[in-house]
Amino acid sequence: MHGLDAHYGRIQALSGISIRVEESEIVTLIGANGAGKTTTLRAISGLVRPSRGEITFGGRSILRNSPDHTVRAGIGHSPEGRRVFARMSVRENLELGAFTRDAKGEIAGDLAYVLKTFPRLQERLEQKAGTLSGGEQQMLAMGRALMSRPKLLMLDEPSLGLSPLLVATIFAVIKEINARGTTILLVEQNARQALQIAVRGYVLEVGKITHEDSGANLMASPAVQAAYLGGAA
Amino acid sequence: MLQRLASLPRSRQIIVWIGLALVLVALPFIDHNDSHFNLLADAGVYVLLALGLNIVVGFAGLLDLGYAAFFAIGSYSYAMLASPQFNIHVPFWVMLFLASGIAAVFGLLLGAPTLRLRGDYLAIVTLGFGEIVPQTFLNLNKYTGGPNGISSLDTPSFFGHPFGFASVPYYYVILALIGVGLFAAYNLRDSRLGRAWMAIREDELAAKHMGINTTTAKLAAFAFGASFSGMAGCIFASKLNLVSPDSFQFSVSVLVLAMLVLGGMGNIPGVIVGSLVLFTVNFIFLPQANNIAASINLHVDFTNYRFFVYGFILVAIMLFKPEGLIPSQQRRAELRAGHAKTEPG
Repeated sequence: MHGLDAHYGRIQALSGISIRVEESEIVTLIGANGAGKTTTLRAISGLVRPSRGEITFGGRSILRNSPDHTVRAGIGHSPEGRRVFARMSVRENLELGAFTRDAKGEIAGDLAYVLKTFPRLQERLEQKAGTLSGGEQQMLAMGRALMSRPKLLMLDEPSLGLSPLLVATIFAVIKEINARGTTILLVEQNARQALQIAVRGYVLEVGKITHEDSGANLMASPAVQAAYLGGAA
Repeated sequence: MLQRLASLPRSRQIIVWIGLALVLVALPFIDHNDSHFNLLADAGVYVLLALGLNIVVGFAGLLDLGYAAFFAIGSYSYAMLASPQFNIHVPFWVMLFLASGIAAVFGLLLGAPTLRLRGDYLAIVTLGFGEIVPQTFLNLNKYTGGPNGISSLDTPSFFGHPFGFASVPYYYVILALIGVGLFAAYNLRDSRLGRAWMAIREDELAAKHMGINTTTAKLAAFAFGASFSGMAGCIFASKLNLVSPDSFQFSVSVLVLAMLVLGGMGNIPGVIVGSLVLFTVNFIFLPQANNIAASINLHVDFTNYRFFVYGFILVAIMLFKPEGLIPSQQRRAELRAGHAKTEPG
């Protein structure tokens, strides 16, 4: 995506954002609250219409895509705050994740894959999603996004509100999903963890990209350290 | 007992439905009192309305307070296209489909501007629509006869046999329409569109993330819901042989919505039971209550307490059975779980 502007009403949320995600990479977008990370993902999904700029996916413009077209094009989006269907069972949630698809056999295969990736979901398959713990809900949100069999999986703050142990589990799973060929765009406040697994990273500050480098270089950068890694320079 | 019925497996439920249908079809051969079928036919109109509103409110979770508008549109469609009013005489059977089609188009027209609205805001806009439509029919004197409405509508006929003044033919038509409506409602619920509606009802933004086109799904809910109402309006008008704007007031929308709440929003058998119960209260029990009161020399018009009785029944149900008489599995879970949180860490 290139030169993207987005507004909420008259308030500009993004100004001239350009990010690039290559196939099979993990790219992370870090930044403080309100920097525009979620807005960026929403713009890609088509949930927010950018006022200027271009978004291409696999060489084709998806700027004017509605969210359902984006999912069909192969972009899965695990939303901010998880947003699982609390009153539906884990199984029903996962089935809705495959809403855009028709091939029953393939869907069953992907369900098996998701349940293997997240064994906890297997145990709770018939349980209402609202009764799951926060970590389990996060797994469900990710699994649900995987059910659309995305080429690019966008994860919005998967570590939010989770215990350090669970965060480690979630990040291990992200790496695993990526190793099987799914490209990942990861939005995080937990910069340290995100940069550790990311090939490249972008730092977003009040709607602008301020740094762009490999994950390792960003980790080493004094400015990033001071702002996002607890100032351990 | 009703709840056990609702939790029977699908095949058993179908057997129950078929058995019920056979009894209802045989009824006129046993009972020759036409006034009974007059009441049953009227009750059937409300069942049809409730089945339609259930699609909008129960399935898709879109609170529609102006549902009577589509009922009015269906009725006036028949009145204008099958009467001496413009000397157009479209056959009744064609009008059934035409009226539901016209109502569906208006369903889309109402749906389109409200797509961004939810909950309270949607309710207010639909409320407005429900007020505008009868008002429009009232004021378009030239076309609709204004406050007098349109009378001497065409009497339907079946292979050359006019329905005449008997209620039994209407009863059969309504029975058939309810059958079609049930079939449609069950299939819609279990369809891809039905799953999209449930997802939207649960969390619209999450539904969008799933790749559900919420715009088309919501418009479809309005259109399908309105089409039931249009059909109900068509038969209502033909049976009454006249239409007038005061048959479609806000109270009709509230009545149908109350039927859903009472019976169990989203649950098809529940909605039917709810509509029959409220119909009985409104059109049989309350008028009868006047007679009973008169017989003991107590001259009170109980019809004036209609809303009081509704209110009382609804409050009682909300207190003792918040999920309705026959709740859908999901609704029950929703209410029993209290406010299940999605956010905690």
